[in-house]
Amino acid sequence: MGAAFATFCIWILMTVFWALIGVAVPLIIPEKIENRRLIQTMLLLTSVSCYTFWLCIFLMQLNPLIGPELEIRTAQAIVEEWQS
Amino acid sequence: MALFRCEEMALYQLFLQSEAAYNCVGEMGEIGLVQFRDMNPDVNAFQRKFVNEVRRCEEMERKLRFIEKEVKKEAHINIPNNVPDLKQVPAAREMNELDNQLEKLENELRELLSNQEQLQKNFLELTELKQVLLRTSIFFQEADSTRFAAAARDDREHEEGEALLDVEGGASGGVAGGGTNKLGVVAGVIKRELLGAFERVLWRVCRGNVFLKHADIEEPLTDPTTGDSLLKCVFIVFFQGEQLGNRVKKICEGFRATLYPCPEQTAERREMLKGVEARIADLQVVLDQTLSHRTRVLESAAANLPLWFVKVRKIKSIYHTLNLFQVSQKYLQVQCWIPITDIPKIQAALDKGTSDAGSSVPSVLSQVPTKEQPPTFNRTNKFTEGFQTIIDAYGVSSYREMNPMPFTVITFPFLFAVMFGDCGHGLIMALFAGLLIWKEKDIIAAKSKNEIFMMFFGGRYLIFLMGVFSIYTGILYNDLFSKSMNIFGSQWAIPQDVAKTLAGYSDNTDTVELDPKDSFKDKAPYPFGLDPIWQVADNKLDFLNSFKMKLSVILGVMHMLFGVVLSLLNHTYFRKPLNVIAEFIPQVLFLGGLFGYLVFMIIYKWFAFDYTNSASAPQLLITFTDMFMLSAPDDELYSGQYTVQVIILLVGVACVPWMLFVKPTVLYMRHRNPAAVKGQRSNLPHQCLAVEMGQLMDNSLPLLTLAVFLKLRNNRVNRFCCFTAIRPAGG
Repeated sequence: MGAAFATFCIWILMTVFWALIGVAVPLIIPEKIENRRLIQTMLLLTSVSCYTFWLCIFLMQLNPLIGPELEIRTAQAIVEEWQS
Repeated sequence: MALFRCEEMALYQLFLQSEAAYNCVGEMGEIGLVQFRDMNPDVNAFQRKFVNEVRRCEEMERKLRFIEKEVKKEAHINIPNNVPDLKQVPAAREMNELDNQLEKLENELRELLSNQEQLQKNFLELTELKQVLLRTSIFFQEADSTRFAAAARDDREHEEGEALLDVEGGASGGVAGGGTNKLGVVAGVIKRELLGAFERVLWRVCRGNVFLKHADIEEPLTDPTTGDSLLKCVFIVFFQGEQLGNRVKKICEGFRATLYPCPEQTAERREMLKGVEARIADLQVVLDQTLSHRTRVLESAAANLPLWFVKVRKIKSIYHTLNLFQVSQKYLQVQCWIPITDIPKIQAALDKGTSDAGSSVPSVLSQVPTKEQPPTFNRTNKFTEGFQTIIDAYGVSSYREMNPMPFTVITFPFLFAVMFGDCGHGLIMALFAGLLIWKEKDIIAAKSKNEIFMMFFGGRYLIFLMGVFSIYTGILYNDLFSKSMNIFGSQWAIPQDVAKTLAGYSDNTDTVELDPKDSFKDKAPYPFGLDPIWQVADNKLDFLNSFKMKLSVILGVMHMLFGVVLSLLNHTYFRKPLNVIAEFIPQVLFLGGLFGYLVFMIIYKWFAFDYTNSASAPQLLITFTDMFMLSAPDDELYSGQYTVQVIILLVGVACVPWMLFVKPTVLYMRHRNPAAVKGQRSNLPHQCLAVEMGQLMDNSLPLLTLAVFLKLRNNRVNRFCCFTAIRPAGG
């Protein structure tokens, strides 16, 4: 099940990354920085929005129901360039 | 904290001693944290105490504008642009000094101006006279030659220049009765463009009995009043008889031609010419000296001009503020709104002002308990100011309500990026805004008046964030200047048997559709973003549109839920459990139930269906509409779907009258029976019906019903307008 493992790896990597940015970094910002609250809010919102966006794209391509429809020439080029 | 809600404000009463009032108000203006209330609202502007001082300041501003206009006329004098703001209150006596100085300067400039005009008028006259003398000499010589022929008949000895022609310009007399040999002369200067018309009118009026000769003046002459350069020409009219002479002179007046006396004798003309040239030379010298003196005066004034402008505006605004005070003999008093955290600063400013004025009596700042709603004050720095402006454009928040600004800092650029989604163009946007941010000190100091550029400059942080997020979403959409990048390798592969048959195709417009069963089996999805194969696929839009619609629904519902949760924070802060029960809960049930269910279906379908059962995958749009029409779904997402959907729909429908009717009914009954009112912290003191109903206006849904019955007044929110000193540079 290489695919499932790879999928899980990618997912855990991104989740940990955005969790660090959204949860860990705001907690370690020193108290005396002037706009601390604002920076915390910004980091949290950024990580939530960007993670959601990435997740939606990732999940959508997890189990595709339709495949791409390629022109013959394009398909030939793909066989040559990307698959050899 | 002051980030998520506006600052806490308090109403204070300020007593200032009359001597110290000016300085104290000036110091408070420099800080810019106080909003004064008008204590004399029904007093006419012209009857206030300090109206004379304000008038004087306006006079000074007028003089400054005049001086500035004069300076700008001389293009080579530079008015310095970046005057550092010393943040000093101009002393009261400075007004007098400045007034005198400006008065002197203005009088001097006006005198110089009128002198210069006069001199230039003289210069013009002399130049024209010189031209007349030069050109008409030719005419007279021609006349002389004809006369020679005539005189040869008379056989008399001639002096050079004996008059056949009488000089008539300007003088009365002339040939009375008009002897047939005596011609009258009129010489002058007229604008070149009027010459043709002049000639025609002369011809018609005098029935062709006058003779006009003209010659152009090559150099353009400067009109003293307007400063335009005009092309003129010299003309000379010969006529016979007094009546014709009068007509000619009238026509010259009508065409605004200037007439000059022209002596007929050549010797006289030569003398006159010499005299004129000498006078012209003298006049030129005087003119040059006048101009250089004027330039010196203007240069010295231009160096101080921005500083004076700032000082006069500060003084004027101080007196304008003092007009708001209630004046009695010994002291002035006013009510003002002050943010609570800034009280020490204000106190320090007042102390400084009193000591600067040399007064011994300190100013008194005492709190006034009030039930009025304070103005909304959101403290911003250069970063948050742009976002706060956008939020305020939608509507200023009520006092101590949740301020959407900290959240908008990210969500606004993020939603823009979701719509924009191109990392190449996003990079350009980010670089452009980054440049504006990098150079912001210089740009502020330059004080450009270009409105469009200043609009972009004001939004530089917003544009920068939009660009940065666009880079991120552009990479996810796999869109670099509308081209895709293949970084990790496409996860779609053309299977071997299909590849073998490809070589046999000769018609290149045919397409082959990859089946996920063969081409995507056992693969992980493209790790970061959209797979690059979709860019070269013909059915790219089928895939992408469905995805983007689902993404929009998910992001939209998340945002709306977030907003509703913020309103819950408001209800808890103001301790209104009625709002929680009557507004928040039905809103969440409705939103979450119906649209949250749609989000659930989207995500469930992503997990539950793949190529093995794609034939039975229901279309979500149809499922959703079928839910509202209560028809059984053809393909089910999960077992029991129909029952679940009916329940959700019933709950959603029940929420509508819940949201519309519960709160107004409760409030109505509550105010019919005032004893039932419990203690609530509110941003408004009066629990009167109109005000509570006004609060309903802030949430759009439940109000319209009762508003129709009760005809309410809207509850206006006051924005905190503080009295700020002028910041000329580096605001």
